[in-house]
Amino acid sequence: MSAPSAAPEAGRTGGGPILAAAGVTMQFGGLRALGDVSFDLMEGQIIGLIGPNGAGKTTLFNCLTGLYAPTSGSVSLRGERLPQDPALVTEKGIARTFQNIRLFPSMTAEENVLVGRHVRMKQSPLSSLLHGPKFKRSEAAARVRSGELLNFVGLGRFSDELARNLPYGDQRRLEIARALATDPSVLLLDEPTAGMNAQETEATRQLIFAIRDLGISVVVIEHDTKFIFTLCDRVLVLVQGELLVEGGPDEVRGDPRVVEAYLGAPPEEVEARLYSSAAVDESPGGAHRKEDGP
Amino acid sequence: MLATFLSQIVNGLILGSLIGLIALGYTMVYGIIQLINFAHGEVFMVGAYGGLFMFTYLLPTFIQRQWYLALPLLLVGGAAVSTVVAVLMERFAYRPLRGAPRLAPLITALGVSVALQELVRNFYPGATAALPFPRVFVQGTWEIPVPGGTVPLRWTGLLIIVLSLVLAAVLTAYVNGTRMGRAMRAVSQDSDTARLMGVDTDRVIVLTFALGAALAGVGGIMYGTDLGFVNIDMGFQNGIFAFTAAVLGGIGNLRGAVVGGIVIGLVKALGGQYLPGGTAYDYVWIFVVLIAVLVFRPQGFFGESERVRA
Repeated sequence: MSAPSAAPEAGRTGGGPILAAAGVTMQFGGLRALGDVSFDLMEGQIIGLIGPNGAGKTTLFNCLTGLYAPTSGSVSLRGERLPQDPALVTEKGIARTFQNIRLFPSMTAEENVLVGRHVRMKQSPLSSLLHGPKFKRSEAAARVRSGELLNFVGLGRFSDELARNLPYGDQRRLEIARALATDPSVLLLDEPTAGMNAQETEATRQLIFAIRDLGISVVVIEHDTKFIFTLCDRVLVLVQGELLVEGGPDEVRGDPRVVEAYLGAPPEEVEARLYSSAAVDESPGGAHRKEDGP
Repeated sequence: MLATFLSQIVNGLILGSLIGLIALGYTMVYGIIQLINFAHGEVFMVGAYGGLFMFTYLLPTFIQRQWYLALPLLLVGGAAVSTVVAVLMERFAYRPLRGAPRLAPLITALGVSVALQELVRNFYPGATAALPFPRVFVQGTWEIPVPGGTVPLRWTGLLIIVLSLVLAAVLTAYVNGTRMGRAMRAVSQDSDTARLMGVDTDRVIVLTFALGAALAGVGGIMYGTDLGFVNIDMGFQNGIFAFTAAVLGGIGNLRGAVVGGIVIGLVKALGGQYLPGGTAYDYVWIFVVLIAVLVFRPQGFFGESERVRA
């Protein structure tokens, strides 16, 4: 199920894939959360990742950020295998946001972004204790950059507000600004429009396009399929940990398996039909398994 | 009498700022890994003995004789010894227990505390009894005239107050406005997310232990200089006070630790002077205040849901 090396509908691709997952499998005890998932993310591309709850989308993100070590398979960034440490992965250039917002609640918006800046800052211990000139320059530069990013996501005037006091939609945008502060080449967004109204969703779409225009490749998890189909260059459909379909938005939208698995019938019905022998939870709402956090 | 009252205020401030300085170490470590590091009092004691060792065996006589040379060297040396001990303690006693139930590191902390005391008792020459500590600061007192008498302020006491508050201010500025300081706060609020944002959490935790220990080491040197002697139990006694101060101020809160320390110092001094029973009961008043605060404000003076903070 490996991806084509160049997606024809995305004119922005150049060279090899920036992020490549090859045969990623994730086994939690007896539960196979991901089975042999492979895909390539090209530079400047936006990939959408859809699928029913419990399909393994967030698990895949956790494998892409070094939080989980895949049971088998590998993830590489620019051809280089990812280290097994989230902090190092961030330094290499993959940043993410979270399905359940995970800002630092008692820090201001600016401080949250500055934490994102951590890997790109250098401050010697002595200089920071004594507030030496090098420290001041580094700190000032980081604050300028944070200000730019807050403006970029439209939160410039809230920089001194505590994160926990921001409205929901703004918290999601702040997470994006914090992720961008790490200077990523790949940005992973986990349900960036969850809980947003139509207007906020549209603003987020524009924001993601703007991020793409900065040269950052984006992977988006989202349940709002309309949002995904109008945003992404390519769409991956994940069902029960397997990559069911992959292609351009129009291809995927028209694919009968997707219509069946994801768009048409209620998920439990579809899963029961597609995987009659596989594990369908006994409870009626069982197909709506909550994804494991983060 | 005004002079008596003010004298006790001065005594309270001296003890209180020293306690506050030690309490910063308790509160920072708690803020980062939710561990009450009961061995922190021993880190304070080890700093003092480290300074004593340095003075006795390493410093040439001409430095020993000049307090302005000896004091800075001792402060740095004491802080360094405390820091090394705390970093080793984190690495070999607490890090292997990261993720274990909270009781495990807590009991380990008690064990480390006893171990450090016994190590010093058995291996430092003459440490079975109190040892004289060099007076590496200007001796004497400043008699501050007030109506009806004078208030004596020891120069070493003034040193304790000033240096403690300066160090607390430097630490607060560091935690609030630097790359690693922000990383510390981020880890204290959500260490998993901090790691995903590129923060090396192990390093942040080591730094937290090191900073708290350095302050305790400085405190140990000042304590010895002020009293003129050190003993093995100094860490236990002052550690309990400092822990109480941290809880009183709201554990995890930097400002709370300093304020809690000063409140304890003042309660001890004033309670010993004015309340029935005199100094024999001054410990009682400290813990009465602790219990009262915990009954009416369990989170302490400045405690909120948030942790390491100015």
